[in-house]
Amino acid sequence: MRVARTAALVLTLASLAACADGGGDAASLHPDEWLPGGATTNTLLFGSNAFTRPAENITEAHALLFYSGNSGFNQAWVQAPASTTTHDGLGPIFNARSCAACHFKDGRGRPPLDSDEPFLGLLLRLSVPGDAPHGEPVPDPVYGGQLQPFGVLGVAAEGRPTVTTEEIHGEYDDGTPYTLLAPTYSIEDPAYGPLSPDLRISPRVAPATIGMGLLEAIPDARLAALEDPDDLDGDGISGRRNRVWDVELEDVVTGRFGWKAEQPTVRQQSAAAFNGDIGVSSPMFEGSDCTPAQQSCLDAHSGGDPELTNELLDRVELYCQLLAVPARSAHAKPEVLRGKRLFAEAGCDSCHTPNHRTSPDAALEELRDQHIWPYTDLLLHDMGDALSDHRPSFAATGAEWRTPPLWGLRYNLVVNGHDRLLHDGRARGTAEAILWHGGEGEASRDAFRAMTAADRQALIAFVESL
Amino acid sequence: MTLRRSLLALATAAALAASACDDGATSSSLPANASEAISTYAKIVHATYEDTLAAASALKSSTDALIATPSEATMTAARAAWRASREPYLQSEVFRFYDGPIDNPDDGPEGLLNAWPLDEAYIDYVTGDATAGIINGTTPIDAAALESLNEQGGEENIATGYHAIEFLLWGQDLSDSGPGERPFTDFATDSAATAPNPNRRATYLDVVATMLVGHLDGLAAAWAPGSTSNYRAEFEAARPEEAIRRILTGMIVLSGFETGGERLQTALDSGDQEDEHSCFSDNTHRDMVQDVQGIYNVWHGSYQRTDGSTVTGVGLRDVIVLVDSALSAQIDARIDESLALAKALQPPFDQEIAIGNAAGRARVQALVTSLRLQEQVLQALFRKLGLTIPTPE
Repeated sequence: MRVARTAALVLTLASLAACADGGGDAASLHPDEWLPGGATTNTLLFGSNAFTRPAENITEAHALLFYSGNSGFNQAWVQAPASTTTHDGLGPIFNARSCAACHFKDGRGRPPLDSDEPFLGLLLRLSVPGDAPHGEPVPDPVYGGQLQPFGVLGVAAEGRPTVTTEEIHGEYDDGTPYTLLAPTYSIEDPAYGPLSPDLRISPRVAPATIGMGLLEAIPDARLAALEDPDDLDGDGISGRRNRVWDVELEDVVTGRFGWKAEQPTVRQQSAAAFNGDIGVSSPMFEGSDCTPAQQSCLDAHSGGDPELTNELLDRVELYCQLLAVPARSAHAKPEVLRGKRLFAEAGCDSCHTPNHRTSPDAALEELRDQHIWPYTDLLLHDMGDALSDHRPSFAATGAEWRTPPLWGLRYNLVVNGHDRLLHDGRARGTAEAILWHGGEGEASRDAFRAMTAADRQALIAFVESL
Repeated sequence: MTLRRSLLALATAAALAASACDDGATSSSLPANASEAISTYAKIVHATYEDTLAAASALKSSTDALIATPSEATMTAARAAWRASREPYLQSEVFRFYDGPIDNPDDGPEGLLNAWPLDEAYIDYVTGDATAGIINGTTPIDAAALESLNEQGGEENIATGYHAIEFLLWGQDLSDSGPGERPFTDFATDSAATAPNPNRRATYLDVVATMLVGHLDGLAAAWAPGSTSNYRAEFEAARPEEAIRRILTGMIVLSGFETGGERLQTALDSGDQEDEHSCFSDNTHRDMVQDVQGIYNVWHGSYQRTDGSTVTGVGLRDVIVLVDSALSAQIDARIDESLALAKALQPPFDQEIAIGNAAGRARVQALVTSLRLQEQVLQALFRKLGLTIPTPE
């Protein structure tokens, strides 16, 4: 083993040295770097199915559950009552009929591109000012915690979400112009009465679902060690963990999932999405997002109590935990290695922390003690006013967002046919996403803006090699 | 594990050595007969799609007859034609999963041809909802409309393809002992009509059958010989490693993930006929046999056509036996075992997976296990050949 590793490294270095052009100021390459998910990494299937594989070290017992979880993730829920008894209980109000509707091929969603297109893969969270028991946002008394733009027969959809965009023009330091799209969200045709003037709206796209078990298995102590809430080291970066409510533990714990790290576990994230997005109740989240102001919603048929059994939730949880991250392939290209150095020099890795080691005690043995490369610290960072949703959630302020992982990013286009990034998908590709960075990300953004075109291209080539 | 990791590391090193300069002029490390095996594969793909196209055209003729003259006889004939059309199609499924003509993300028709599972209430009436589905709605029924409705709102909202036709010919499978029992009078436009909207139902069947033929025609053309610009031309001109990588990817994913996992294990886990692949017609046992048969064809470089003739040449097996004869023998034995286990399944499949049927469930479990082992031994080959990462984009 050791011999082989060393041999690999020697060969790698030898072959790189042979390509003299442009490789001179490249960052070094770690021998594990091409396997972002450690032994779980998908080294087999690429292209449009790159996100669909189970962890390569999956045990036989877990493989069997994985496929059932996959089915639970893809299967559409239907209105109750129906001849299907396992999958009835859609809604009464909902954003999608299945997980895969928004996380298509386990990938990410995007905003609609024109006014005719429905909102799929992008939802609007709603709240009003006030204090909730654990610091979570206070749901709107009429429209609940999110806007559900669909209803089953006999129950009105809550309203029609719309987005309009305004062009913002800027230029790089070398004079090259660029254009960003600044979105504004609103709700047309509200079906249950006028919207509250205090209503807070936070748009969120469905992220890719790969590697979530590995992120869950990063020790909390590691995340705590990365925190610097008062910026004692004076680097302008003050990451901190979100502290959120764990429904099963009934305790405050570290948040890891969602754009503001509002969910502590894959299980709770999944059950919350079933409940809020599909309208499916579970032992963890009973009832639906119907409010007392929505009588037809409250009166609609239930598909059972609960509609989602713990057995199916177990399988979907395991499925999401063990969806593999694809191997990298362009990691050794000279331009990519140069971009990797520029990424570090611009300070991007202050928040997009390259690598971690997962806990030896992770619940699933496949995920234990893995050297992983997600490029995130899972911490909250102030991203500036332009990205703020002005909607605090637990410890997160409106301007704070969790650093999203960058692994798998190069497959956005081939898996989902788009390159939209950021929490609401406003950025058209990597460069725009960087240009939207403000607050703690401002210095890195400015460094990117000051780069030569060739350096910007190298940095993007690196990010898009992940 | 340690050994596997070492192989991975070596494979990486080899790939890096080959790709770091990206000159594309690396010589092949495969035996010299690899290019012949790649040609045989292309011939088999084309012959399989030709047969699939012919069978789909026959299916279309039979649905035309059903629509023109709804009767027990025309319904029975259409169902027989559907079953016959599945035999070559299932053998073509091993050509999936590498973004080739069947399922490339730009215009691959797989989602329109064979998407499954089907939310039947999206198409037509179901028990408990007599007015469900597109047929009982008011949207125009034509190819463009159905294509735009297909998979709208997620993979489940399937409006077209084999399983949509299957549902129109059989209806819901509500019987323990047999398939669905849609009466032919669902297509009758006179007083014999047993369901509203027979004209829209007939139009729907006509449109999806026509679409099926059109999509298969495109696949046969993509693999036709003699072109300089179709997919086959590109495939045969690619580096042998790349062509073999695609061929093996299809075999591996169809073995473990698709057939062993999605289709068999999921059904076994739930014991529910909703999770059965061809649930309306109770034809699932044949799906399993022909999926494995397709893998067998590619491995051996031999395909028996619908008319009984054989397309044959240097097979993948003939290449691999020169690389590692022991591994080749393992793959031989494993595919033979899987095929025998698939043929041992007893119809109807929904009874085979039923919770109380210990013997049936054991037969399904044995096939799942064999297909998982098949995936593993094919992956071992994949790694042996150093194909674990594709050429950098």
